[in-house]
Amino acid sequence: MARDVVITGIGLASSLGEGIETHAQALADNAAPVVDTERFAPYPLHPLKALELDRQIPKKSDQRQMEPWQRLGVYAAGLALDGAGLKQDAEAKSQLQVIVAAGGGERDHAVDAAILTGLRDANRPGAFLNERLMSDLRPTLFLAQLSNLLAGNIAIVHGVTGASRTLMGEEQAGVDAVRTAHARIAAGQADIILVGGAYNAERRDMLLLFELGGYLRTAGFAPVFTRSDAPGMITGSAGAFLVLEAAERAAARGARVHARLSHAGAHRSRRQPGSVARALDDMLAGFGPLAPDALAVSAATGCAGITEEEAAAIAKAAPDARRVATGDLVGHAVEAAFPVSIALAAAALSTGVANEAIVTGAAHWRGEGAARLVKA
Amino acid sequence: MSASHRDSRGRPIVAVTGLGIVTSLGQGKDANWEALTAGRSGIHRIERFPTDGLRTTIAATVDFLFDRPFAAPELSEKLATLAAEEAVAQSGLGQPGDFPGELFMAVPPVEMEWPQKQELAQSIEGVADYDALLRVAARHKHKAMHELFLFGGVAEHIAERFGTKGSPISLSTACSSGATAIQMGVEAIRRGETQAALCIGTDGSVHAEALIRFSLLSALSTQNDPPEGAAKPFSKNRDGFVMGEGAGALVLEDYDHALARGATILGIVAGCGERGDGFHRTRSSPDGKPAILAMQDALADAGLTPDDVDYINAHGTSTPENDKMEAMSCSAVFGERMANLPISSNKSMLGHTLTAAGAVEAVISLMTIAKGRIPPTINYNQPDPAIGLDVVPNEAREAKVRTVLSNSFGFGGQNTCLVLAAEPKAA
Repeated sequence: MARDVVITGIGLASSLGEGIETHAQALADNAAPVVDTERFAPYPLHPLKALELDRQIPKKSDQRQMEPWQRLGVYAAGLALDGAGLKQDAEAKSQLQVIVAAGGGERDHAVDAAILTGLRDANRPGAFLNERLMSDLRPTLFLAQLSNLLAGNIAIVHGVTGASRTLMGEEQAGVDAVRTAHARIAAGQADIILVGGAYNAERRDMLLLFELGGYLRTAGFAPVFTRSDAPGMITGSAGAFLVLEAAERAAARGARVHARLSHAGAHRSRRQPGSVARALDDMLAGFGPLAPDALAVSAATGCAGITEEEAAAIAKAAPDARRVATGDLVGHAVEAAFPVSIALAAAALSTGVANEAIVTGAAHWRGEGAARLVKA
Repeated sequence: MSASHRDSRGRPIVAVTGLGIVTSLGQGKDANWEALTAGRSGIHRIERFPTDGLRTTIAATVDFLFDRPFAAPELSEKLATLAAEEAVAQSGLGQPGDFPGELFMAVPPVEMEWPQKQELAQSIEGVADYDALLRVAARHKHKAMHELFLFGGVAEHIAERFGTKGSPISLSTACSSGATAIQMGVEAIRRGETQAALCIGTDGSVHAEALIRFSLLSALSTQNDPPEGAAKPFSKNRDGFVMGEGAGALVLEDYDHALARGATILGIVAGCGERGDGFHRTRSSPDGKPAILAMQDALADAGLTPDDVDYINAHGTSTPENDKMEAMSCSAVFGERMANLPISSNKSMLGHTLTAAGAVEAVISLMTIAKGRIPPTINYNQPDPAIGLDVVPNEAREAKVRTVLSNSFGFGGQNTCLVLAAEPKAA
């Protein structure tokens, strides 16, 4: 009864550059990541390789109305639409549903610092705050910050007039987005969906949020699964969008199919030691027998405990699989981490690096996800 | 009961078996219904924070839940909790802390707020920039702030409290978010993935910066005096929306599942429609096409025609542009009938509860069906000659209402419409 769901578009941009080939090659070669240990010291991160924005966002006025995470997302979405052969297809773009995993926009760091500094000595702090915000906030900043405006900008820039939904909630937003897209197409509730997310790691406000909880690694770069000396995330700027499509629709239009997304699952374990491993075990077991030469792409964070549990779950489900941590290639991209990992797996299948892949991801604070991709 | 009921497209019918609401008018369905049908406004002068130097000094805030300072996610969570408790209790579904269905939550975007940043800045000497804040954060003495300002925090806490199943969904489609939460619940039930869904829209985010942001976009009414007169949907002198707070919660359930356990059916979500708009970041397409299509999609999804609709619960924000576009779009869908088809805006009394609005207004729409009474559009003293609608002006009206179209439109080209209807006649 359930319909097959295939991937007909992959848009990827990160610290490594952009595109399917670049990322598939890096995955095949275990390429060294691009890490900046200076600019946000003591926090290492993977900075975005500069994009030629004009190629996907032709109007400067559109570029100016967006924050970096939105530009990155719109860019990656454009790559996916181009790859799927949909960019010029107005009819398809009116049917195309969009599901975006998003956080929020960047603070104006200079304005915040000036206000915070001034607030300490203000006689009437409330009035001072109002006065400064009224005069110092850019009116359009709000729109550049709103979570659903990545989807809004995809509509405006790429002419996608199908409906969009924005899911939030850090890493799990990316898992929920992929799972929901898969379920809707499989059930016949949609025929074609653009799903993905984008994360700009190069911002101190987000580092602040994660550091408050003690979730960042402050030593130099180390691979995700060997960070026990100083566990934590090394974030990376990355965006990924996928065009998911009902197999019959893709076949009817002769689209190139990169892979079939056979399963996508999302879970909420009540976190305690062992719960992440159990959640991933259950989801992976439900995917059926895996090929011995499967690829395992992990969106693991590098955070203490849960990263080891994710490694154990992967080892249990696919003991002979080649395991690749997305974080080792492009860093941890929070809302985009799971979509990026799916995109990497799809790129690997598309370029013949692997014939089958599982993707896993335990979020830094809550939520677990898993997916399986097979050759179409 | 062996026969299974299906809608016109052969899908499970989605029943509503529980409703909950909290707004500036009060907590619970009874308090809200009494105030809404009396034409009372929940909009008042803001006392939560100083309003010196602000162009807008009014809002429909919910001020009766905390007697201490709080952050927006705390209020959003509290509002959602109260609305969900009311809805789940009414449904009689599951056990306390063990709701047998999935959670779909419209939650406002969050970010770290000024009081918390000020708390960190207290121990900083010199310039309180982000590097200095990071050094304070690195002491890991403020861990609770991390969880407080995560986007997924509110839904995670609600999932934990109510014991919902699956991965809780936190979503935003701007001002149509509440309707999208319902739509996602409907879809999950139609897929057969779950037999019940707890769908919530909540928003408790009226703080100084949030208000200033909307103010800088010139979206808010500045007619502060009297506060209760500021929201004037469809009036000639409307000049913007008024921010509001609240939550609406619905227990959705597979109709057969509800029947089998003898639940009271409050109505059904008969259809959903949604369309994107690539015209502009804040403005709708001037031809209203996406809104028109969203309404038509919702009716088609419900297997109904425009003639089946008895009442429209308008988005009706009281901004010059929305109300004009909505009136025009409704006329396009309903034709000449629009002159006599009642359409009213709850926002005239509740302000715009933003992320929550679609859910809050769905709850009110279902109450309208149950009670046979339409809440009015208040402050309708200067009709806009360009908008020839029956807005149920100023006073509630008795009416037999079986089918409601509820509209929600948002920034970023979000258009979501729901068709809510009375329980199907015995099949």
